[in-house]
Amino acid sequence: MKLSRIASWFTFSLGTLFFFLPLLATFEFSLRARRGVYSFDAYQSVLSDPQFRETFIYSIVMALFTIVIGLAIVTPTAFWVRLKLPKLRPYVEFITLLPLVIPPIVIVFGYIRLYNTSSWLPLTGTVTGTNILLMFGYATLSLPYLYRAVDTGLRTIDIRTLTEAAQSLGAGWTTIILRLILPNVLVALLSGAFLTFAIVIGEYVLAALLDRPAFGPYMVWMGGNKAYEPAALAVIAFAITWACMALIQLLTRFSRHAKAPT
Amino acid sequence: MTPSSRRQSGLQVSFFNWLGMVPFALFAALFLILPTIQIVFGAFRTVDGGVTFNNIIGLGAPNILAAIWLSMKISLLTAFLGCLFGLLLAIAVTRGGLPQWLRDASLTFSGVASNFAGVPLAFAFIATLGRLGIVTVILRDVFNINLAGAGFNLISFSGLTLAYLYFQIPLMLLIITPALDGLKREWREAAESLGADGIEYWRRVALPVLWPSLLGTFALLFANAFGAVATAMALTGSSLSIVPILLFAQIRGDVLQDPHLGYAIAFAMIAITGIANLIYIVLRSRAERWQK
Repeated sequence: MKLSRIASWFTFSLGTLFFFLPLLATFEFSLRARRGVYSFDAYQSVLSDPQFRETFIYSIVMALFTIVIGLAIVTPTAFWVRLKLPKLRPYVEFITLLPLVIPPIVIVFGYIRLYNTSSWLPLTGTVTGTNILLMFGYATLSLPYLYRAVDTGLRTIDIRTLTEAAQSLGAGWTTIILRLILPNVLVALLSGAFLTFAIVIGEYVLAALLDRPAFGPYMVWMGGNKAYEPAALAVIAFAITWACMALIQLLTRFSRHAKAPT
Repeated sequence: MTPSSRRQSGLQVSFFNWLGMVPFALFAALFLILPTIQIVFGAFRTVDGGVTFNNIIGLGAPNILAAIWLSMKISLLTAFLGCLFGLLLAIAVTRGGLPQWLRDASLTFSGVASNFAGVPLAFAFIATLGRLGIVTVILRDVFNINLAGAGFNLISFSGLTLAYLYFQIPLMLLIITPALDGLKREWREAAESLGADGIEYWRRVALPVLWPSLLGTFALLFANAFGAVATAMALTGSSLSIVPILLFAQIRGDVLQDPHLGYAIAFAMIAITGIANLIYIVLRSRAERWQK
């Protein structure tokens, strides 16, 4: 074996140790709730906590709404920019990347000041209004990922030809978007949706500062008050993130196989 | 068709085209652009609407300066270490003769881990290196090493640095791998045929080509760490006063007794992450010249 190869294996092993030890440790820690033996007590305690259920369901519902509104905004825009306004592409892309530049805490600070009870659009004045604000906030956070996913999906098909063909057969814009573009970029949309889901479920800053009962603030509260339950929550959160990523991988691979014969 | 009517229909088409952008423009304006403008303008306003630089000058207060300095230190350190270890790992998986599936697995894992800044990450490190964490306990019981006695405290600067590296290293790996792939085999062969050894090849060919990528990613990692708040919040509570935690406390309860100082802190954050990202973008476009 060459020296460089040994060095590579050594580096890689160290990296594996650094990245897998915390995962293993979290799992081990979450099993320690009962003195002396491993048990799933911490999970039981978490799952039977009504607050867990409430915040978890709240975040799931929030994620679903965010996905729907995010896709409803991003898909037609990405399609439209590619079809009719290619000159705008760099500008739109720049805007979609801004949420990676402006820290989320600054964005939500802007929301609080801009949409307070004495403003022209007092969203934070009511629970529904705050929920809507939080949903759009999440859509903003996931915009860079969602837009890139959809735009990449659109790149693989010839939308101009498809659109012209559909139009010559008498299709309207609704038909074109729903029955032509959507099925063709479905995999890309689903990838973006799962990523959004993973982002929203664990998000903390927006929910905490808008004072909504989401899963992120609940986790932080547990971290300050319980010993073993936070580890169980972390394992649950890890599992959700990994499930989302695994689904994305699976979808991408599946679509590659489906397209292979053509 | 007369020229005037043609021009009119052309106008109609372009108006219709622009109409398609309205939902996105409205969304971006309301939830991204306007809130940011609100912050930027607010940083230069007095409570009754006049223009002032006092808020910015107020950033010079000792506790705020200390927070900015602390954030700078942790962002610079984790960006540097993230770049270093990320590069070493990327070199190992791309050109170290490791099997292909390990490379693919590393990249997939990095895609997840780089997005893993957050509350669970803090819990994972508490379970690993906290007072009752598995590594702490094993070191104490098996190797008789007392981490706390050796000066290590997870709820501190060094602990937060370790936790941040958990998402900084994977981000580096993700960005630098394509750049490493861009190093052409012929360059190495050419260097070797001219008599260069491995170290000389890296020092005089590979590193100069990679330099813009490395510096650019460093800037990106810096911005990445500077804006992060959830991990620090869950790990240290508010005992470690970095800028985002200071801002968080300010938004929650106006601890600084001056709402416009909050604008100034937020503005400073945008300015710092903005400059770092700008450096990243400029350097990346320079780096891409080599990747064609």
